[in-house]
Amino acid sequence: MTILDSVLGDFFWRAMLGGLGVALVAGPLGCFVVWRRLAYFGDTLAHSALLGIALSFLISVPLNLGVVITCVLIALALVLLSRTRTLASDTLLGILAHSALAIGLVTLSFMPDVRVDLTGLLFGDLLAMTRQDLLWIYGGAAFVLGLLALLWRGLLMSTIHEELARVEGIPVERLRLALMLMFSLVIAVAMKIVGVLLITALLIIPAATARRLAHNPEHMTVLAVGFGVLAVSGGLTLSWHLDTPAGPSVVVTAFLIFLLVYGGARQSRL
Amino acid sequence: MTEALVQLDQVTVAFGDRPVVDQVNLSVSRGDILTIIGPNGAGKTTLIKTILGIQRATSGQVSVASGLVIGYVPQHLTLEPTLPLSVRRFMLLSGRGLADCRAALARTGVAHLLDASVHHLSGGEKQRLLLARALARKPDLLVLDEPAQGVDLNGQASLYDLIRELREELNCGVIMISHDLHLVMAATDRVICLNQHICCSGFPEDISKDPAFVETFGHQVAESLAVYHHHHNHRHDLHGDVVPTAEAHGGCNHDHP
Repeated sequence: MTILDSVLGDFFWRAMLGGLGVALVAGPLGCFVVWRRLAYFGDTLAHSALLGIALSFLISVPLNLGVVITCVLIALALVLLSRTRTLASDTLLGILAHSALAIGLVTLSFMPDVRVDLTGLLFGDLLAMTRQDLLWIYGGAAFVLGLLALLWRGLLMSTIHEELARVEGIPVERLRLALMLMFSLVIAVAMKIVGVLLITALLIIPAATARRLAHNPEHMTVLAVGFGVLAVSGGLTLSWHLDTPAGPSVVVTAFLIFLLVYGGARQSRL
Repeated sequence: MTEALVQLDQVTVAFGDRPVVDQVNLSVSRGDILTIIGPNGAGKTTLIKTILGIQRATSGQVSVASGLVIGYVPQHLTLEPTLPLSVRRFMLLSGRGLADCRAALARTGVAHLLDASVHHLSGGEKQRLLLARALARKPDLLVLDEPAQGVDLNGQASLYDLIRELREELNCGVIMISHDLHLVMAATDRVICLNQHICCSGFPEDISKDPAFVETFGHQVAESLAVYHHHHNHRHDLHGDVVPTAEAHGGCNHDHP
């Protein structure tokens, strides 16, 4: 217990533990972002997280809860609006992403007595990780990973060929909603580490790196988790020693790994 | 009379005000092969999506036998390049065991591709893979959307032969969309010519006796839709050719816009 206590008492190790927990879920979900071309969608949800924070202060609910609920609502709105087809989906996403971010920032500026570290929210903050955050992260990660394992075949099949999946009796729409819910959870827990603006990068870059070496979907998710863990541990160490912002350091590390793997793979082909 | 696997009564599918499928009646039983032909935009794909339950009918009734297992062979298998997938994994995703999957691949002649990446398959190999995947589910009804697309001519003939043999082996019903009329004639029991509504339907044998038909057929594909003129008494201005007016056999009594 004393070892655990001393680890949890140190803010750097709390951040590290939290980051690793995030990498654990960001891997498999990041693969779905890449496979289903949801990068812009993820960005929109992440941006609406800031709106969630503002609303949490406004009606005084716990931040993490406020963010999850806001993200889920925005995700549902997106699914419903995309069915009307009056606007192209990227236009719709652009409108919602930036409006949510802007409304969040404006709302926060109306609350002068609420002191929030905006840079921390946007780009991640090493110092902000509390023990309660760790509980949220590992609780959320366990829930998301469990749900993913349970729904894996259906999710994968509807990603490969939606109509074929429907004919085979897979509940495609419900799975889509489940995936949205999981995204919302991951964004809420990842926000603390990498910040609202860079969450999508943590989802996409490790998954894209893994694609280079993977031979089947499961292999790719495992590799994505591995690259995510490397990026988080490398990035946070960098941030600690060089006093750089946490989120950007993690993303820079992820990008360097991406370059190395793609460069290395090209070399080995020649 | 055997029980119909699937039956459509006055089924209409409309997008907005425009009916894409207009009051279609059809029924398929075990052992039937029904081919749907028709010009582009005639609603062929929409019609089979309605049969599959992917598309909801705006009006009319789609009845499906209880416990019906449908094997669906979609028009394309377009895979995201970012999604690594082997033939083995794709087959296993059907939820059937490896033995069933191997047998199905062997039946469609692509057993040697078990460990290949789906990304590296040719058009014909992908079609055979999709067919194998449908087979692995041991379907009561096989639904194919232009199964011979991207397959060379020799391959097409053997693919249609295979579909006919599978009908015997599985004692299943088959519904397919096709453009390859000369092959359809050999492989089909019944043909429906769709242009929103059912223009005409008939048995290929009735037509193939007519020597004029073969001649017409080889030269102009557009005109081939006129093959069933024994059920026609109207013109098809849409395709730029005028179908000779024959005596009415039912069908529809009007000019197409």
